[in-house]
Amino acid sequence: MTLAQAQPQSLEFDCETGNYHTFCPISCVAWLYQKIEDSFFLVIGTKTCGYFLQNAMGVMIFAEPRYAMAELEEADISAQLNDYEELKRLCLQIKRDRNPSVIVWIGTCTTEIIKTDLEGLAPKLEDEIGIPIVVARANGLDYAFTQGEDTVLAAMANRCPTSADVTTPEEKEERGGIQKFLGLGRKKTDTTTHSDADETHYHDHPNLVLFGSVPDPIVTQMNLELKKQGIKVGGWLPAKRYTELPVLDEGDYVIGMNPFLSRTATTLMRRRKCKLIGAPFPIGPDGTRAWIEKICSVFNIEPKGLEEREAKIWASLEDYIALIRGKSVYFMGDNLLEISLARFLIRCGMTVPEIGIPYMDKRYQAAELALLEKTCHEMNTALPKIIEKPDNYNQLQRIQATRPDLVITGMAHANPLEARGINTKWSVEFTFAQIHGFANARDILELVTRPLRRNNNLKEMGWDKLIKEEAKV
Amino acid sequence: MKLAYWMYAGPAHIGTLRIASSFKNVHAIMHAPLGDDYFNVMRSMLERERDFTPVTTSVVDRNVLARGSQEKVVDNIVRKDQEESPDLIVLTPTCTSSILQEDLENFVERAQLDAKGDVMLADVNHYRVNELQAADRTLQQVVQFYIDKARKQGDLDTTKTAKPSVNILGITTLGFHNNHDRTELVRLMGDLGIEVNLVVPDGASVHDLKKLPQAWFNLAPYREIGPMTTQYLQAEFDQPTVEINPMGIVETARCIRAIQATLRAQGADVDYEPFIDEQTRFISNAAWFSRSIDCQNLTGKKAVVFGDNTHAAALTKVLTREMGIHVLLAGTYCKYDADWFREEVSEYCDEVLISEDHGAIADKIAQLEPAAIFGTQMERHVGKRLNIPCGVIAAPIHIQNFPVGYHPFVGYEGANQLVDLVYNSFTLGMEDHLLEIFGGHDTKDAITKTMSADTDLGWTTDGVKELNRIPGFVRGKVKRNTEKFARDRGISKIDAEVLYAAKEAVGA
Ligand code: SF4
Ligand code: SF4
Repeated sequence: MTLAQAQPQSLEFDCETGNYHTFCPISCVAWLYQKIEDSFFLVIGTKTCGYFLQNAMGVMIFAEPRYAMAELEEADISAQLNDYEELKRLCLQIKRDRNPSVIVWIGTCTTEIIKTDLEGLAPKLEDEIGIPIVVARANGLDYAFTQGEDTVLAAMANRCPTSADVTTPEEKEERGGIQKFLGLGRKKTDTTTHSDADETHYHDHPNLVLFGSVPDPIVTQMNLELKKQGIKVGGWLPAKRYTELPVLDEGDYVIGMNPFLSRTATTLMRRRKCKLIGAPFPIGPDGTRAWIEKICSVFNIEPKGLEEREAKIWASLEDYIALIRGKSVYFMGDNLLEISLARFLIRCGMTVPEIGIPYMDKRYQAAELALLEKTCHEMNTALPKIIEKPDNYNQLQRIQATRPDLVITGMAHANPLEARGINTKWSVEFTFAQIHGFANARDILELVTRPLRRNNNLKEMGWDKLIKEEAKV
Repeated sequence: MKLAYWMYAGPAHIGTLRIASSFKNVHAIMHAPLGDDYFNVMRSMLERERDFTPVTTSVVDRNVLARGSQEKVVDNIVRKDQEESPDLIVLTPTCTSSILQEDLENFVERAQLDAKGDVMLADVNHYRVNELQAADRTLQQVVQFYIDKARKQGDLDTTKTAKPSVNILGITTLGFHNNHDRTELVRLMGDLGIEVNLVVPDGASVHDLKKLPQAWFNLAPYREIGPMTTQYLQAEFDQPTVEINPMGIVETARCIRAIQATLRAQGADVDYEPFIDEQTRFISNAAWFSRSIDCQNLTGKKAVVFGDNTHAAALTKVLTREMGIHVLLAGTYCKYDADWFREEVSEYCDEVLISEDHGAIADKIAQLEPAAIFGTQMERHVGKRLNIPCGVIAAPIHIQNFPVGYHPFVGYEGANQLVDLVYNSFTLGMEDHLLEIFGGHDTKDAITKTMSADTDLGWTTDGVKELNRIPGFVRGKVKRNTEKFARDRGISKIDAEVLYAAKEAVGA
């Protein structure tokens, strides 16, 4: 996306364009197929892509998977075979075996390099086989790790119906939109105990759709959190089922759950003409409060009890915070959650010398960056240096020189750093853990403090360096 | 295009990287997109490597695609040469970047002008060969490179060592129990009075490779990685090869006898029969086990074996010859080397299966209903579904294949380990069976009830739904905490909201 003039920042940004390690964006398949229960993901790529999914992600395809590789063979690459016919053959087989509500084609570097026109082929095939085909080009040439989800959600945003498309009451209900106003509670599944009677507690506000794939408990918690403010969540992108994608009309409001969803945000604004609420992300009690307050302010609602709630959460975290206060944490950069996590940890009293990040969208992350800056000022700590596309080798030199108390890093560097007496935590754990909302702040700290707690256990043993000579990192 | 769910062998570049990073002080530059560099993750995570994996990805992104990669690749090679002074830098593409059809040979020549160490391009066709074939080929290529280099420099001494000596070829990083096999083989050679000239590639320095021809023979225990190198050395220096995998008592003896023949042919007066006899009858517990009453109970039990050529063939022989187990089917995923496998196992099993399709094997297992399976992680999962115990005997590599304790698969200690593996697989199956009969398994979960038995507290349906989303192992605790929270506050109905309020309050 084209960046508008970034707001003046006193944060320092740098781009090393280095050789750095992160997971391939096609890894999003691993969590999205679980999230969207009636989907099938078809990754169109090489053996390298397939082996990655099978191995590095620890996602082995054992039982009856809802994702597969369309493995490109030599004849595909040299264009001896017809892409359309080949894809049709595989998709028909998927239809026969699994009959999903949607097939998501995940493009890869290879389809980019050989210029397979997936977007061109999909509509025709979709008509022919009668299953929607969504195309996401989650390749490793353009994106890093979590951005894969961004490409999928951006593509799905185009498939959300408008209220004009949705005519039957059943479908309206399924889409999570305005059913309650029609008094049509879903009888058989009972949904919640706070049924129709509660409708009166909601303010009258424009439709609000949340985007970002988060575990179901987080969905419930955020819905409840907003409900406390009298705000009704009109739906989630993605929903649990493809057939339940939320209704999106021009002028509806949307807000993101995660910092890596800038393309989805852009698509929602430009293509669907939705209004994006720009806020810090609901990670940590500070971020969660800021996120809710921002929604309230856009809807002209006076937020209730947030300050006390935030204070209460902080108080409940004190036992963990005591372990990390005054300690330093270094982000090598992996999943684009770095800024939000750093901001939260600085608020916890940690210092952050450097934040590596694979991709920095200064506009989509503007509110988060502003909160980071504000937090640093309030906590009276130095501003971190933000390094886009860092060079891992250079980072390791800096880590060795400054020996931070904790390094949040990808999986490739964790064991070697531990062997050199440097505490690490896998960044990927923050990608999969439930970290959003008030209640889960504790889970973030549970992860962050684990190496420190482990060390307290091992302290007496003197096992802090487990290599013979200082390696030349 | 083919629909693929699972691969038994990885892509070619993994094989090349396994060889490069097995050597000491060799670095690999992988010319590939960002997401291809998971080899480092595998090595650091699965093998729990303490050192940084000596592989750097020279990242191919949109910009590089537009501008051409030469400059970047050459820069990265030269940079690594300066940073870490490796003896050798191996450049490899992945199947993705090999589509770009660049003249990588030329990149290497360019980089060699500025690099102090050696630079080479791994010569592998990424679409035609898999991980194992690529590893075999890369090892041979590196060996040949350094033999040629020494020869050119007049530095190639092919005189045999004074005492009988061996090169052990094919031990690699991320190999199935290779680290333990290495220790066991070195010990076995020591017992036989044979000096280990070189172990290659694991931990070897490329500068030592010129000494390879000095050994009396080459031992290549694995069918997958090593034979191309031994063939090369045989052709080049007429150096004899022993290519028997010493797995199990019988094959270990056969391997030792082949070594004996090789050494005698070169004039050494060795007699290993007393050693074999002593080991077999009195020291190894494996032979005694075969004789013991326990093993009697295994007689005629039915098994299915599946894996790479080396391990599937060896295990098939051990099961039938040493334990009297009936192998219904022996299979391999090494399709490219199927003839060898058929030859090795045909007389020891009812049926041979050569396939890379995990579904085909799963179907066979379901249909044959063996009492135990010996296969890969994939068959272990198939076994779980079908309630058939499975011992894992072959890669794809998994963290469980890097046990902290000592578990070789070869030699006499390996034979002991195999007995444990086989015996435990069958008896575990038996235990499961008994548990099933006597209902000994934990009762699943009492939590699904809507009402807690002991109180007036009620869980609403959405409360229960939320509760059930909480991972099983903490669910009980969360439930208790939530109920306490509700009771303390006089709440009688627990819904999702109460649940999360409790979680927040207790920090559970
Ligand atoms: S137990 Fe888990 S990690 Fe191990 S093979 Fe099965 S799925 Fe993979
Ligand atoms: S980086 Fe590209 S080639 Fe590599 S796994 Fe990802 S999509 Fe496949």
